[in-house]
Amino acid sequence: MKKMMTGNEALARGFYEAGGRFASAYPGTPSTEILENLPQYRDSIYCEWAPNEKVAYEAAYGASIAGVRSLVTMKHVGLNVAADPLFTAAYNGVTGGFVMAVADDPSIHSSQNEQDSRHYAKSSKIAMLEPSDSAECKKFMAEAMHISETFDTPVMIRVTTRICHSKSAVETGERADVPWKVYKPDIPKYVATPANATKHRQKVEQRLIDLEKYSNESPLNFAEMGGTDVGVVCASVSRPYAKEVFGEDASYFNVGMSWPMPIESIRAFAAKVKTLYVIEELDPFMEVAIKAAGIDCIGKAKIPPMGELNPQVINGALFGVQPDFKTVDAVAAPRPPVLCAGCSHRGFFYTIAKNNKDGKYVICGDIGCYTLACNPPFNTIETCVCMGGGFSVAAGMAKVFELEGDDRIVFGVLGDSTYMHNGIVGAIEIAYNNSRVIPCVVDNSTTGMTGHQDHPGTGRTLMGDTANIISIEGTLKSVGFEKVFTVDPQDLAAMQAALDGAVAAIKAGERSAIVARRPCVLVKTRKFERGLCEVDADKCVGCKLCTKVGCPAIAMSGKKAQIDITLCVGCTVCAQVCPADAITTVEV
Amino acid sequence: MSDVKTILLCAVGGQGAILTSNILTDGLLKAGFDVKMSEVHGMAQRGGSVTTQIRYGKKVHSALLGNGQADIGVAFERMEAVRYTSLMKPGARFIVNDFRLTPMSVAVGAAEYPENAIAAVSAVFDTVVVPAADIATEVGNVRTMNLVLLGALLKELGLADNPDVDWEEVIASAVPEKLRDVNIKAFRAGVGF
Repeated sequence: MKKMMTGNEALARGFYEAGGRFASAYPGTPSTEILENLPQYRDSIYCEWAPNEKVAYEAAYGASIAGVRSLVTMKHVGLNVAADPLFTAAYNGVTGGFVMAVADDPSIHSSQNEQDSRHYAKSSKIAMLEPSDSAECKKFMAEAMHISETFDTPVMIRVTTRICHSKSAVETGERADVPWKVYKPDIPKYVATPANATKHRQKVEQRLIDLEKYSNESPLNFAEMGGTDVGVVCASVSRPYAKEVFGEDASYFNVGMSWPMPIESIRAFAAKVKTLYVIEELDPFMEVAIKAAGIDCIGKAKIPPMGELNPQVINGALFGVQPDFKTVDAVAAPRPPVLCAGCSHRGFFYTIAKNNKDGKYVICGDIGCYTLACNPPFNTIETCVCMGGGFSVAAGMAKVFELEGDDRIVFGVLGDSTYMHNGIVGAIEIAYNNSRVIPCVVDNSTTGMTGHQDHPGTGRTLMGDTANIISIEGTLKSVGFEKVFTVDPQDLAAMQAALDGAVAAIKAGERSAIVARRPCVLVKTRKFERGLCEVDADKCVGCKLCTKVGCPAIAMSGKKAQIDITLCVGCTVCAQVCPADAITTVEV
Repeated sequence: MSDVKTILLCAVGGQGAILTSNILTDGLLKAGFDVKMSEVHGMAQRGGSVTTQIRYGKKVHSALLGNGQADIGVAFERMEAVRYTSLMKPGARFIVNDFRLTPMSVAVGAAEYPENAIAAVSAVFDTVVVPAADIATEVGNVRTMNLVLLGALLKELGLADNPDVDWEEVIASAVPEKLRDVNIKAFRAGVGF
């Protein structure tokens, strides 16, 4: 049956059809929906959210060692977290086929950097495949499993945001019957002692030679001959772009397996064409390999090394072709993402901002919806580095203030899912080294930004089963935070009291923490009664205080505040700050 | 490639642009086209500017194009039409919802809302202004503006009564059961606009 699928749905389908049994991941845009599409195959596949990518990688690798085909997925920065097990799994090899699907985010749509994860395949000396559309996502999963088991190696499928989130037609098939390779201990293979690793080290080099031979012969890498004036080597999403640009007069070398590079096949292709272009997003990964083999080509000297490509970018960069388009006599005001109307984080950041006009607090943030509190009107998040870094960066900054005799108080702010990811280790750092930091968990009871996935604190698993709830307060207390203030941040008076309490405690030399808990307004499983607030224009004094809560539903209309009924959910935070009692809840 | 048509949807997060493009692509596939759709999601927040591009025809290579390429556009909010005019082919048809959502940048006084948005877009593009909020309110739920706009779009494309695709069936399978009737009503109102 033919179906429209995103690349992520197709990767999930491919795993099912390839006889996959075990999958683990931590959510991360744009990779999240791969695992989200697996519970539908629950009769055949076990799938789970792990606390973070390193744990997910290790769990999936364990499943491979135990003898089944397994999958781990992550976004590019998640691979940084999982890099430690990757490099050793690359030595030890696999029992069941083991695939890691890694999603890069060119143009930084929803990430903290723009890294090219292909370098990881090269430096860990494993095989890498790059599908160019959803149909190939499905097909390459089975191929990756085959390569993994044939060459005794983890295989990386590298995708990008455009592959993950674009839809195209996919022909579905039947699930392959892949029997369990019943586990038997193999200590020399799976115990990475220096003696064993030294032996594996040599095997890895031979494996690379074998894989390169395979890559040169694989139908995943194939030439499409047209005219001989222009030849284009392209991979991933650049393949359809190149075809839009060069059309049917050019010849193409389509790279589906991009590590090891099929250098001899490319050499033979290059010999047939006058000018050779290499079209790839981000770094000159293929280009460097091609040039190192002594093959002349045009690549990053013209094609931008950052941001997504598209046919127009390529046309402009190579041929100076500029598009014909019209501008209009109006300017659109910026509309970046904001904390939603009814966002449970609003009261926390409003309160912090209100109390920090003199800068006596320093706020270290983390990755999540709450990072958006760095924007007006809050301007409260001062750092954001990586998942779980909020507490540990705060710990380092606080030590400097202590060393330099500065009495500013540092807050580390991160979300519940981020806390479970590895923020909890930052809490241990604060407690162990006695840093003057108030760790705050803004707990919306879900992994919010990636689209509401469960985690160890929610009480549910990816497959929908009830799970043990790991307590945030319990873990904070157990590592040494004597005073943990749990508060509903939507109640501004209570939020103020919690902040005052935590600050008083740390000033008194006690370790204090805040857990600001209220479920995300968008979580579907939550029984949420939508309400509505309204401005009484006669009472409104036009003071604009309500716009300081940073809600997208509220704006000034002339001299009076106005609430948009399509956005407002009736959270009442604006009503709580209104000095004229002009905002009330109305029946809906 | 000359038969390939490109549709641009531009909206504010939370207005239902992705649901709309899912319905659109499912229906186009049923109608026998090769279809590619490109979107970027992952920032679950509402209130940000979002776009999706849908391309259909006999054979579609790239899901994504650059400036000056869209054959038809739908702006779910009037200022979003202004933001994405550069993606449109000169003189292309632009369906613009006469609805206004004030962004945070305007609310905090850092930017101004272009009061002349519709006039400015109409001066350059073949513009159809749809009062989708009024129509959606009339059929029973202001949040079905997206289906009104989908109806208007399919009528413009000449696909609303394509014999190979029952759009109402596609809609019914894409929306929650209790909102099925109101969404179909909104769609019909859009086609009839």
